[in-house]
Amino acid sequence: MIEIKGINKSFGDNHVLRDIDVTFESGVANLLIGASGSGKTTLCKCTVGLHTPDSGTISYDGRIFNHMSRSEKKEVRREIGFLFQGSALFDYMTVEENILFPIKMFSNLTRKEGLERVNFCLDRVDLNGSNKLMPSELSGGMKKRVGIARAISAKPKYLFCDEPNSGLDPQTSILIDNLIKEITHEYNMTTVVITHDMNSVLEIGEHTSFIYKGNMLWDGTNKDIMDAETTELTDFVYASSFMKELKRRNG
Amino acid sequence: MLKILHQIGEYSIFISKVFRRPEKWKVFWELYIQELWKLGIGSIGIIVIISGFMGMVITIQTASQIDSGWIPAYLVGFTTRQSMILEFSPTMLALILSGKIGSNIASELGTMRVTEQIDALEIMGINSANYLVLPKITALMCIMPFLVILSMFIGIFFGYMICATVDIITPSDYITGIQYDFRPFDIVYALIKSLIFAFLITSISSYYGYYASGSALEVGKSSTKAVVYSSITVLVFNYIITQMLLV
Repeated sequence: MIEIKGINKSFGDNHVLRDIDVTFESGVANLLIGASGSGKTTLCKCTVGLHTPDSGTISYDGRIFNHMSRSEKKEVRREIGFLFQGSALFDYMTVEENILFPIKMFSNLTRKEGLERVNFCLDRVDLNGSNKLMPSELSGGMKKRVGIARAISAKPKYLFCDEPNSGLDPQTSILIDNLIKEITHEYNMTTVVITHDMNSVLEIGEHTSFIYKGNMLWDGTNKDIMDAETTELTDFVYASSFMKELKRRNG
Repeated sequence: MLKILHQIGEYSIFISKVFRRPEKWKVFWELYIQELWKLGIGSIGIIVIISGFMGMVITIQTASQIDSGWIPAYLVGFTTRQSMILEFSPTMLALILSGKIGSNIASELGTMRVTEQIDALEIMGINSANYLVLPKITALMCIMPFLVILSMFIGIFFGYMICATVDIITPSDYITGIQYDFRPFDIVYALIKSLIFAFLITSISSYYGYYASGSALEVGKSSTKAVVYSSITVLVFNYIITQMLLV
């Protein structure tokens, strides 16, 4: 479980996050939604320590992350898997080397055991046999799946996914969403997915938090979101013509 | 002025992050060998070509300047040797390598920065500066003295080849010249310079690549800055080291 309390973050005069309180539960897909520029990625980067918050606390299963020493932070970070928006695969490494990398750096597995784990992860994301491909030879969806395989290869307790569906077609998006949800349940991870894709919210948003101009405005499940009465959230949810039409038909 | 101080401070913090104990020595050695190959062995071709031509040109130019019968012909060999050892091989080579290696390092790290590959390393709990940059600095510092010695040899040898094939001075005069008044300290001086230049080229280029931000355009800009600033720093340190060691 990740608990965020009273987080504030400013860049110069731009107050990006304002007193954010949110809890991300274990074993469920926690979705963080909001319009572009609302502060989702900044909150995520503060949570994993890429940005230092101005105030507030972030705790990983009771361990207060932003009060830790450098070496303690390192230990927590080794329990984190991160899927970047652009996948961030190491482009000079093959798929196999990318997935093997965290194993090689942090575990005492032999190369043979490491490769077994790589093949297991590739099998899990349905990419068997693509071990020797370079990232430049992969499609967008394959890159995301390799990114997920790399993120779970070192058996993390926490998984962060920054806009996992950006640039993907609807079918591949659903595939990736379901994969994230399955992995979360299977390994009982605390998963945080940043998205502004309403399909993802409806598919996997077991716990969804809505952030608006740096303020946390709403918290609930994908079942509650359609009936939410927060104006900013309903504007966000029913922004597309499709959703408006759906709302009109359902009265 | 404030900007320069800020950059010096940022560079110092960067260097302090680089010179830490590697996460895993085995991984460090793998990267070190790769960098030795890429930065060192990969530069041998250009070093051979440039040093060879410079050796020939210095020999011909010096011979063409010595018309007077009062000046002995062996001075051509002497001048070629001194030019190669004292200045061309350590300094000019460093300037050439700061173009080739500097832009390579800055664009590689800059691309990794803008495509979030460096962030990926940081999130994994890896000291990205240490992981990416230390193998580059140590590899070039180890291989640079050998490259400089190779450059000296090639330049002096090609000077000899010119004497053997073109009628400017006799090869025996050239051989006498390259043996005349030889001071082993000149080689030490050149090697000291090469070590310092190797550090400056890799660390400054890495710094500009590591702190690149934004888009591909910014990566290009940081690559240019890396070449310009590492070249200027090499020239400044060339003066400082010469003043300290030879005066």
